[in-house]
Amino acid sequence: MDVTFLLNGETVQVNADPTRTLLDWLRIDRGLCGTKEGCNEGDCGACTVMVSDDKGALALNACILFMPQLHGKVVRTVEGISAPDGSLHPVQEAMISLHGSQCGFCTPGFITSMAVGHSTGRTDHDDVLAGNLCRCTGYAPIIRAAQAAQAAPVAEWLEESAPDVDPQPYAPESLDELATWYAANPDATLIAGATDVGLWVTKQLRDLASPVFLHRCAELRQITVSDDSITFGAATTMTEVLAVLRNHHPSYAEMVRRYGSEQVRNAATIGGNIANGSPIGDNPPALIALGATLHLRHGTATRDITLADFFIAYGKQDRAAGELVTGVTIPKAAPDLRCYKISKRFDQDISAVCGCFDVTVVDGKVTAARIAFGGMAGIPHRAAAVEGALIGHPWTLETVTKAAKHFDNDYTPMSDMRASAAYRLEAAENLLLRYYATRTGTQTNVLEVAP
Amino acid sequence: MSVAKSLSHDAAALHVTGAARYIDDIPTPASTLHLAFGTSEIARGTYDTLDLTRVRVAEGVVAVLTADDLPFTNDVSPSAHDEPLLATGTVHYLGQPLFLVVATSHLAARKAARLGQVGYTEETPILTMDEALAADSRFEDGPRIWTKGDVDGALGAAAHRLQGQIEMGGQEHFYLEGQTALALPQEGGDMVVHSSTQHPTEIQHKVADALGVPMNAVRCEVRRMGGGFGGKESQGNALAVGCAIAARQTGQPCKMRYDRDDDMMITGKRHDFRISYDVGFDGNGRVTGVDFTQITRCGWALDLSMPVADRAMLHADNAYHLPSARITSHRLKTNTQSATAFRGFGGPQGVVGIERVMDHIASVLGLDPALVRQRNYYAAMAQGGLSAPHATRPPEDISTRKNAGKDVPYRGAHSPQPTVQSTPYHMPVTDFILHEMTERLLETSDYQARRDAIDRWNAEQIILKKGIALSPVKFGISFTLTHLNQAGALVHVYHDGSVHMNHGGTEMGQGLFQKVAQVAAQRFGIDVAQVKITATDTGKVPNTSATAASSGTDLNGMAVANACDTIRDRIASCLAELHDTEDVRFADGKVFVGNEQMSFAQAAQTAYANRVSLSATGFYKTPDLSWDRIKGEGTPFFYFAQGAAVTEVVIDTLTGENRILRADILHDAGASLNPALDIGQVEGGYVQGAGWLTTEELIWDDKGRLRTHAPATYKIPACSDRPDVFNVALWDEPNPAKTIYRSKAVGEPPFMLGISAFLALSNAVAHCGSNYPDLQAPATAEEMLRAIKRARE
Repeated sequence: MDVTFLLNGETVQVNADPTRTLLDWLRIDRGLCGTKEGCNEGDCGACTVMVSDDKGALALNACILFMPQLHGKVVRTVEGISAPDGSLHPVQEAMISLHGSQCGFCTPGFITSMAVGHSTGRTDHDDVLAGNLCRCTGYAPIIRAAQAAQAAPVAEWLEESAPDVDPQPYAPESLDELATWYAANPDATLIAGATDVGLWVTKQLRDLASPVFLHRCAELRQITVSDDSITFGAATTMTEVLAVLRNHHPSYAEMVRRYGSEQVRNAATIGGNIANGSPIGDNPPALIALGATLHLRHGTATRDITLADFFIAYGKQDRAAGELVTGVTIPKAAPDLRCYKISKRFDQDISAVCGCFDVTVVDGKVTAARIAFGGMAGIPHRAAAVEGALIGHPWTLETVTKAAKHFDNDYTPMSDMRASAAYRLEAAENLLLRYYATRTGTQTNVLEVAP
Repeated sequence: MSVAKSLSHDAAALHVTGAARYIDDIPTPASTLHLAFGTSEIARGTYDTLDLTRVRVAEGVVAVLTADDLPFTNDVSPSAHDEPLLATGTVHYLGQPLFLVVATSHLAARKAARLGQVGYTEETPILTMDEALAADSRFEDGPRIWTKGDVDGALGAAAHRLQGQIEMGGQEHFYLEGQTALALPQEGGDMVVHSSTQHPTEIQHKVADALGVPMNAVRCEVRRMGGGFGGKESQGNALAVGCAIAARQTGQPCKMRYDRDDDMMITGKRHDFRISYDVGFDGNGRVTGVDFTQITRCGWALDLSMPVADRAMLHADNAYHLPSARITSHRLKTNTQSATAFRGFGGPQGVVGIERVMDHIASVLGLDPALVRQRNYYAAMAQGGLSAPHATRPPEDISTRKNAGKDVPYRGAHSPQPTVQSTPYHMPVTDFILHEMTERLLETSDYQARRDAIDRWNAEQIILKKGIALSPVKFGISFTLTHLNQAGALVHVYHDGSVHMNHGGTEMGQGLFQKVAQVAAQRFGIDVAQVKITATDTGKVPNTSATAASSGTDLNGMAVANACDTIRDRIASCLAELHDTEDVRFADGKVFVGNEQMSFAQAAQTAYANRVSLSATGFYKTPDLSWDRIKGEGTPFFYFAQGAAVTEVVIDTLTGENRILRADILHDAGASLNPALDIGQVEGGYVQGAGWLTTEELIWDDKGRLRTHAPATYKIPACSDRPDVFNVALWDEPNPAKTIYRSKAVGEPPFMLGISAFLALSNAVAHCGSNYPDLQAPATAEEMLRAIKRARE
């Protein structure tokens, strides 16, 4: 596949294998070895690169970034972060003087993430760097460096325009073109951010059938905010989703803040997170609790379904061969929605349990309830028995405590490396108690406690 | 002065620009081949058939090797010759290398390695401690037992007595750079090996054995590792030997790096432990006797498990005087990865055992745990120390000669005799400074006031609870295998005055190279920029010990100082003779000769012109060590490095979620050679230690498959997991022992400060109910919720 992009200020045209990762291309084909491989699955950030287009600069994991995804982009690796005259970027200076590197292997990834954060004026360094693991420093000196560099002027050499490129057959530019092609090629592999598909290649060593890339299809990246609803195009990245949620659904936004990492959210799409049907995706429970509508398209035919109905059984969704998810619509407001993510580590971890609650109380009585969990069954789904035990009852601790006992009617979770079945069930019950406590003004969040 | 300066890491500018070269970054010839292991899918059994037909015909495959193809020794063990590079019909763990693929690319090798077809006969694996105990599957004939005093008598007579048990999981190193090696075949059958290893001499040795050549035919070089933490002390052997054998067979350079999942499935981790205790104590919480049983899973091969388990026993006292003690250690053989060295080397596990005892005693007596700890501390070092530290004469003064510190007089003889207490292994503790350090830390961390504030806060909270705890560390410095306490150096001064420095230590991020370069610069009175740091190379300095046991700077710093002094003395003698004076001093980049002065370069040029050798080796061995590990008696350590931490946490009693709010640390690095780098070790060690006991959980399924073999499932601390408030200070007092510039080793000891986070979690749980929480490690959210229920029952 012909791919054109800007690499460290230089236009590059390559004919790349569709699943060649940027990391392998940089290190093996290009001999640019500053970008490191730490895990080859997007979880450590040692391979972080800066990728920009007309929407701005992003940090991405090069290990699960396929070459065709770069078509029309601007790429900076750690070798391209210093100024053209060789003088160091402020984050590089600070990392040296404040002892932010020890073994140095994670450092190029940190530098790149920090340079992106610096260029976009970010000061939430823990979030900017949540996707970069360091095993030596304990992070303290790295954060000191990020803070020290904060005030330095933006590095103007990193502000580049994206190159004009010709459309490529592997990356359809219109939804009509994509939908028609996919209907005719139902065995094709649709690739949006590749945060999941990337691992099929780097870890499962699979060959992908007819890969097609979605990132140049503008219609799939649209976000529409109307008077009463929000529609996300399927290829909207989680970073873009997060920005909108912050204004309308703060609890859901807080959960998405902990979804993957900066690098992962910059690539991952909301449609991908739904369409792959994972029982542990974090969006579906929140979307189900919101009563989201899923939009699908097969050739020219479109249909809408309730998201909850999309998930049929583990590995099975209500999606025909050649049919694609085009978007999802949620209500604009749901003030009582709360989303809780339980994982071993707060940041950059997959949920053991993800529970989302939206309970409507009128005059002290529960009139409606939507409760959905991920990680509790083969698919994300609603807790119908618990909801039933709440609706029509007074909104009291007694009701909630009784209702919580119904979770074992709704779910039969399994034990795995993230949590035991017993813990999952107990946590689910207790999350309902947390939801009640939160709504009655009790402090429940350890992340909100200051030293 | 170039010592005692907070210079940045010598390679920092290379790190931040991506220019620092790791082994996989070294440009290699186009003909370089790439390796991958085909590994076992069962944990225990045998196989009759190993069908590699599909592997051999896979794209890019050049050769496939099995045990039958190995010409000489099939062993990569660092100790007992019980670790074949490639299995010989018997499988000992799931992930064991069975065959070796040599291919034209890393990806081709990985793909082909999955195509082997193995006809297994499975046996029931021995996976857990209980299974191993039931089967009496162990290393050594029986448990190792060390005793001090009449333990049973003390327990019987104790005013109070309690029993308990704590299990603590292992830990994956998760060095960011995975295991890597590159072998470059040379003329005449010689081999050059680049290895990401803490132990180049071991690599040289194992490669030589595997190739059937003497050690002089193999040279191992390592410029840096992308993290080691003990995981590269022995675990790199397999890759280096595999590359060397394949390079010999193909005549082409061969490179191997483990994919992260392979790395975690194949290599060893920290030993997990179960420690049970029976302790007697008085009403003030003072221990009168304790009986520890330490049980550890060593995995399938011996590796370094004996000294690791020994060190766990050696740290069963941590900072506390135990009037009588018995420590029984079971080293179990299981069908899991062979557990290996990891920062602290068993010490942290032993320390967790006694810290649990202190915590439990305080709980039973209703005392402040910090107070119970202080009451049990060893007696303080005599005022000014048994050998009081004094400023040495400036080393640039030629009349000082040799090592800084060697001329310090023994000052204790005329002082009143202090109380000297002994460890359970009968070593007198003469340098104990934790009383003063703890008092200072309790004050600077505002411990008492915060403890009271936490009580008040917890009383108001329904769902969240806070906890706070202090824990100290006293860590013995020296290899317990006494002969390893030696180091060599090679220093050249070129006639332009630039210095080339080499020693046996390896750089894994800890800043060893910079600290030792500072020593070299100090000896010559020049700027550290004039000292070229060079890759560790078995062709330059032979017979090196692993860079381990926190000993890197102590050993190599002294060896380099000795080499520099030899050269400096030669230059001085030459100049003294030429200028007819005895007064030659090296300082500020200059050499002062009588009333004259010249640059160091001019001095070097003059010495060269007068045919003075400007190259020297240096050697050092730690003095005064003697140790009988069977009896458990002697002086295994040169001195003790110490430290203390106070950690505050908050927990959610509904889910068990928890996090660290604040940590205050005071750590003893002696007279620090480089305070910034030492603080870096303290901060990093603390977070790594806290990770071990909180989020880092290794899980094997009932087939023996490690289920947490990638960062997606194995969670080391991320950025936001560090304490919100993180105050770290050094106790910057000279080491009473005669170490290089009176500094102290700092690599491993701070790891154990992370234990305070675990104890703080236990303290928070204790606020939930009246029972002792009996918290087990790691304290994941799930374990926390269990402990909360125990406390409330």
